[in-house]
Amino acid sequence: MTTQNLENLTMQGPICPLPHHHTETVVIGHGSGGKMTQDLIHHSFFSRLGNAYLAEANDAARIILPKGSEQVAISTDSHVVSPIFFPGGDIGRLAVCGTVNDVAMLGAQPKYLTAGFILEEGFPIASLDAIIDSMAEACQEASVQIVAGDTKVVEKNSVDQIFINTAGFGVIQKDRKIGGQFAQPGDAVLISGTLGDHGIAVMEARGDLGFESQIQSDVAPLNHMIEDLLNAVPEVHVLRDPTRGGLATSLNEIACQSKVSIVIEEDTIPVKPNVQTACEMLGFDPLYLANEGKVIVICPAHFAEKAINSLHASPYGIQAMRIGEIFADNPGRVLLKTQYGSTRILDMLANEILPRIC
Amino acid sequence: MCLGIPGKIISIYEEQSTKMAKVDFGGVTREVCIEVIPEAKPGDWTIIHAGFALNILDEAEALETLEILSEMAAFTEEEG
Amino acid sequence: MSSKDFLKGFRDAKLVKRVAGEIRHRVSQPWSIMEICGGQTHAIMQYGLDQLLPEEIELIHGPGCPVCVTPLELIDQALWIASQPNVILTSFGDMLRVPGSTSDLFSVRAAGGQIRVVYSPLDSVKIAKDNPQQEVVFFAIGFETTAPANAMAVVQAQKLGLENFSILPANVLVPPAMHTILSSPNNRIQGFLAAGHVCAVMGYWEYPTIAEKYQTPIVVTGFEPLDLLQGILSTVEMLEDGRVGVENAYPRVVGFEGNRAAQGLINQVFKPVDRKWRGIGVIPESGLGLRNVYQDFDATERFQTGEIRTQESEICIAGEVLQGLKKPADCPAFGTLCTPNSPLGAPMVSSEGACAAYYRYGRKNQ
Repeated sequence: MTTQNLENLTMQGPICPLPHHHTETVVIGHGSGGKMTQDLIHHSFFSRLGNAYLAEANDAARIILPKGSEQVAISTDSHVVSPIFFPGGDIGRLAVCGTVNDVAMLGAQPKYLTAGFILEEGFPIASLDAIIDSMAEACQEASVQIVAGDTKVVEKNSVDQIFINTAGFGVIQKDRKIGGQFAQPGDAVLISGTLGDHGIAVMEARGDLGFESQIQSDVAPLNHMIEDLLNAVPEVHVLRDPTRGGLATSLNEIACQSKVSIVIEEDTIPVKPNVQTACEMLGFDPLYLANEGKVIVICPAHFAEKAINSLHASPYGIQAMRIGEIFADNPGRVLLKTQYGSTRILDMLANEILPRIC
Repeated sequence: MCLGIPGKIISIYEEQSTKMAKVDFGGVTREVCIEVIPEAKPGDWTIIHAGFALNILDEAEALETLEILSEMAAFTEEEG
Repeated sequence: MSSKDFLKGFRDAKLVKRVAGEIRHRVSQPWSIMEICGGQTHAIMQYGLDQLLPEEIELIHGPGCPVCVTPLELIDQALWIASQPNVILTSFGDMLRVPGSTSDLFSVRAAGGQIRVVYSPLDSVKIAKDNPQQEVVFFAIGFETTAPANAMAVVQAQKLGLENFSILPANVLVPPAMHTILSSPNNRIQGFLAAGHVCAVMGYWEYPTIAEKYQTPIVVTGFEPLDLLQGILSTVEMLEDGRVGVENAYPRVVGFEGNRAAQGLINQVFKPVDRKWRGIGVIPESGLGLRNVYQDFDATERFQTGEIRTQESEICIAGEVLQGLKKPADCPAFGTLCTPNSPLGAPMVSSEGACAAYYRYGRKNQ
């Protein structure tokens, strides 16, 4: 090449190609553990969830337990709900509330959560940000902190957009003994509110069945309501949140654990009219639909009224109702008494809930 | 074979030259094909099965049935 | 009225109990009554209405569950089609768990087959329109109630000029089944509750002949607790009075002629064909097939499914249960080998199949 030819070249700026700054979608590099991961964590996670524990930026969080913390409750849950945004909530809120509630069902005060994310490459970062905002809001409401986390990115179609695992940790007061195995004959069965809202809201959001309603998921953190309840009625025997499988499945589990039978009265069970309508349209039974903001309370009958009043004082327990009773005979059986005086067995959910034409 | 529930017609329109309606089942709405009840109008109650209207529900007939039953039953109670 | 208040009365506990009382008052001897519709079976079990009836009334659950009676050959065909590449099989939710000879739609989906649940046959047409590169097949089951909707799907597909849509015709008809049941030498049915929504479409002008031929009273019956008890009461009254005829206990929905426009639509698209009923056998002219002009939409023509060899469980007595000859509890496998989780036959799968209904609701005395 001669000097003459070089003079005719025009330079149009730096020719060293800079890598793209990935700000719109998640890419594999975000899961590599290097700078891109750090950037994502700081931009999306820390800015929204920031607390002293996360700020230490170690591989694990160091927790100092208060005196008297001999009993702790630990729980974990993976969240894969589709669609990830639905009326009344999203996968982030669900991830926080689900685990907060699981810990609270043991009568524990949830304090710390961990959160592991598996992201599909191509997942919009704006969606991720919205989900984490939602988690931050839920944590704030529940007075818990996410103290440790993990992020992985996988190839397209390896996961459905985003999966979240949360683990929860809480301290159980010394004298509390609450669990599915403690129901006693003569106990009253209470439910904190309407059934089936979450199940129908998610189904509607999926869009396959083509119906529209104003039904919202009930996803909510119940720990404060439960703490108030346990302060008012320390004699509560069982707490259970009727999530997948619905009220019927949870009652069956309790009946087996406690070796008792449970009889509930159909006309006391609260179901929103539009949820009832959606169920009738599609052939579903609201007793088998998922709830994410409800709790079954089983306590001695003479405390039932006090318990109901305590629940009514919380925004999440306004429609609490007494729905049934525990019996000694026929252990493991759950029965439903209809408004006509007839009785039928309420089994566990056998398999997937499907709409029917018959 | 027959999960059919009552719904009230809110509005009527055409889609792909098929007669359709927006139906309110009681807080839940859905689009429904009303091709076989061409005389239907907004405000009518229908029985819907699998997104398809089968017939117009006769409100007067329904009320009459209930009235007869109430009277019959009360009479029976007095008798027995 | 803007709300459904005028319909709530059909669930009113006081009225229900009073009609039940009236039935008790009228009955003087045992009677066996069949309800032919699976939806009615489901409602009876769900509300525990059989517990409100006097002992003398025996309710026999008929083969009115299209999920239960769809022949194994058709199910195996559906499974084969769903397993083909580039095919989306659409179906009502009821069918997903029904066992074929070796598999079911759930398993096919787990193996990668595209199967979508639809609430309405018209949704299948939408799916075909939205996926022009894929073949969309709709599993068209149901009785006469569903036939107009299934017909409409074909008509719409034709209007849209869709070349990737077809149906697997599997509709069945009620009156031929009634003939088969009532003419069986072991028949012990004395009264019949006709299927309310089938009659909403077809009317009940076909039934006086049947009632007369078999000297069996028939009452068109609805699905709410009050409707069912009224249907039973009317049947009992006719039996006690020794009357044979057809009465309509669902007048708010059903008229004698039925819906002419709906019948016209069915006739436009379908014609009666012989059909095998699972567990019962071939009943002549008891099914619906596509008319020649709509042959292009017939999935059995479009897909060469080859020879289907079917195999039923040897233990399953579904056929006898469906005809009302045996009760689910009479089956040696009931509740043990055969449960909703691991069904041997169709009546345990469908939520209103007699076996499933009995399992879910009726086992409290065991």
